[in-house]
Amino acid sequence: MKSLDELRKLREKAQEAIRLREQTDGTKIVVGMGTCGIAAGAREVMLALMDELEKKNIADVVVTQTGCAGLCEKEPLVEVIRPGEPKITYGYMTPEKARMVVTSHIVNGQIIGEYVIAREETVS
Amino acid sequence: MIAVGYNIGDKMRELALHVLDLVQNSLRAGASLIEVEILENTDLDQLTITIRDNGCGMEENLKEKVLDPFTTTRTTRKVGLGLPLLKMAAERAGGRLTLNSEPGKGTVVEAAFQHSHIDRMPLGDMAGTILTVIISNPRVDLVYRHRVDGRQWEIDTRVIKDEVGEDALGLPAVINWLRSYLEEGQKYLYGGAITDEVFG
Repeated sequence: MKSLDELRKLREKAQEAIRLREQTDGTKIVVGMGTCGIAAGAREVMLALMDELEKKNIADVVVTQTGCAGLCEKEPLVEVIRPGEPKITYGYMTPEKARMVVTSHIVNGQIIGEYVIAREETVS
Repeated sequence: MIAVGYNIGDKMRELALHVLDLVQNSLRAGASLIEVEILENTDLDQLTITIRDNGCGMEENLKEKVLDPFTTTRTTRKVGLGLPLLKMAAERAGGRLTLNSEPGKGTVVEAAFQHSHIDRMPLGDMAGTILTVIISNPRVDLVYRHRVDGRQWEIDTRVIKDEVGEDALGLPAVINWLRSYLEEGQKYLYGGAITDEVFG
């Protein structure tokens, strides 16, 4: 049974993880959550990403969402933004592919070329 | 465009996905507090979903337009389908959608359904919808209140933030706690074990 007490116990651990997160580079994963994305399965993709990060105990990556990017037919879309690297947009995502993105791109730094639909140089 | 609309409509097979979609409208309206309330009353054969936000609200003329499947305030997409789709879903299931909005104050959307109607979409994965919203929008406060006949369950992210802080919401251990907590809430609502602690 989950209770608030249990959550309270996480507080210290949480503070530690936040400090760690502040010190590291701050990778961001963004899921498109427009109507088009949701209809194409963006929620399941988002839940798979969270689950995979949780399983791998990755605390220094932020998962967030955005609206429709105008690429509705390629939804669900997942963007991976790593500081100092081009923004990578993956298209036609599924929960399985999203998990692979975490393993390959987030953990090992290997972009999965066959899922990439856009690459954008970011100005830093 | 109609073809696109029907295609998307076909894929929105859970009311929980419509809720996720409508919450996006509240986020775009700059809301800092979003309340999602689901009331299921089997005696009265009713299911109502209410989404209330404190976002920028809408003027009267925009209110009419957003219920029309051919309008959106966004420019990157030509059809804004969230509200019209839910309206259709409600009307197909013996219900209706009402929209109240005041500029500067916020918006309230209420979708009512006949609970037992054969065309009433299943509620679907509400735990997944709420978890998605909480984790990907840590700055926004969310209240999710759900009543099924005599049982009520509620989660308020302000209480959680008081415990672990806003920045902790995306941490693996907190996601894990939230996921289990939400899933247990759903079990409780539909007749599972009674939780020993309820928010609110």
